[in-house]
Amino acid sequence: MTSTIEAPRSPYTRSTRKSGVNWEKWGWIYMRVSGVVLVVLIFGHLFVNLMTGEGVSALNFAFVAGKLASPFWQIWDVLMLWLALIHGGNGMRTLVNDYATSRISRGILKVAILVSVVSLIVLGTLVVYTFDACPAGSPADLLPAVCSTL
Amino acid sequence: MSSATIDQKPIVPEEIKSFTVTLIIRRFNPEVDSEPHWQDFDVQMYPTDRVLDALHKIKWDQDGSLTFRRSCAHGVCGSDAMRINGRNRLACKTLMKDLDITKPIYVEAIKGLPLEKDLIVDMEPFFDSFKAVQPFLMNSVTPEKGKERIQTVAQRARFDDTTKCILCAACTSSCPVFWTDGQYFGPAAIVNAHRFIFDSRDENAAVRLDILNDKEGVWRCRTTFNCTEACPRGIQVTQAIAEVKQAIMRGKA
Repeated sequence: MTSTIEAPRSPYTRSTRKSGVNWEKWGWIYMRVSGVVLVVLIFGHLFVNLMTGEGVSALNFAFVAGKLASPFWQIWDVLMLWLALIHGGNGMRTLVNDYATSRISRGILKVAILVSVVSLIVLGTLVVYTFDACPAGSPADLLPAVCSTL
Repeated sequence: MSSATIDQKPIVPEEIKSFTVTLIIRRFNPEVDSEPHWQDFDVQMYPTDRVLDALHKIKWDQDGSLTFRRSCAHGVCGSDAMRINGRNRLACKTLMKDLDITKPIYVEAIKGLPLEKDLIVDMEPFFDSFKAVQPFLMNSVTPEKGKERIQTVAQRARFDDTTKCILCAACTSSCPVFWTDGQYFGPAAIVNAHRFIFDSRDENAAVRLDILNDKEGVWRCRTTFNCTEACPRGIQVTQAIAEVKQAIMRGKA
């Protein structure tokens, strides 16, 4: 009897790269650059939200509404949203490439990642730019307390 | 001559004690077994003995069927890379006194390459990656007759670290990305590409950079430093890979 243990990796089939954009390279550069920017954005975000002024107790609907009304924080938050989601999505993609063995499971997982990243980016961007704390014409009992002071 | 020397007792060197070491070796005989299994052996060892000596003792005195590779047995040929207590090392460079001998020593074949028998794996996929990076000097200019290709000390020092590679596969088979089903070149191939990419005498750095600028090239490196830790020659493997990445980004070595 002779038994062979299955080779741990599939046989040598490295495809020759077609010319054009090398996405792996740009993906890698994106991870490095966005990582550095995100360190500043996220720690800045945490510092402003949790440590300045009244600290964590200041966080409420009015605080968030106030921040989202300022163009500075709109850009800050949207930048954070896009960079972080693409950074995370690309990281998940590399994990899938590393650990999902069959073509089908790889495809399904990557599509799922893409769909969730795109929908979160769209929803998040929509919220940041269309957010209105006190929509006109709404019944007063549904509006937050801050609206009456405006 | 004084008689004092006669009274002195001859100096007896302190006896070096040997001890029993248990080795648990992952065995696989393709003609008998369907699965690898662990088998333990007790051997009498000195602190200055190496794991390779223990394997020799087992093969010569206890079980002749134990199969492993070794050639020079002095850490130069790179034949006997194996996984000792979960770390990739050369059996001929791992001393008993550096291991915790109160516990058994686990020895198995390196991972990520097809297992053939006991501690022997098929190295072909590893050497295929090595060959793919064209690890040889490419230069269109013939040096002056009777002369060598001139290089400054600094130019030589640039790639000195990566010339130390002995192709033992300890780094490549410790890489978690290499273990996956992808076709990642592996650290050893990139180290050997680095050796020529940064060699001032070589003209084809761009070709090698293009080969490694592949989907399965340097970008799959996750900088886990397993390779640097595993290298028995102390090559800064992860740094070499990072330098190749930098060279690809800049488009030149």
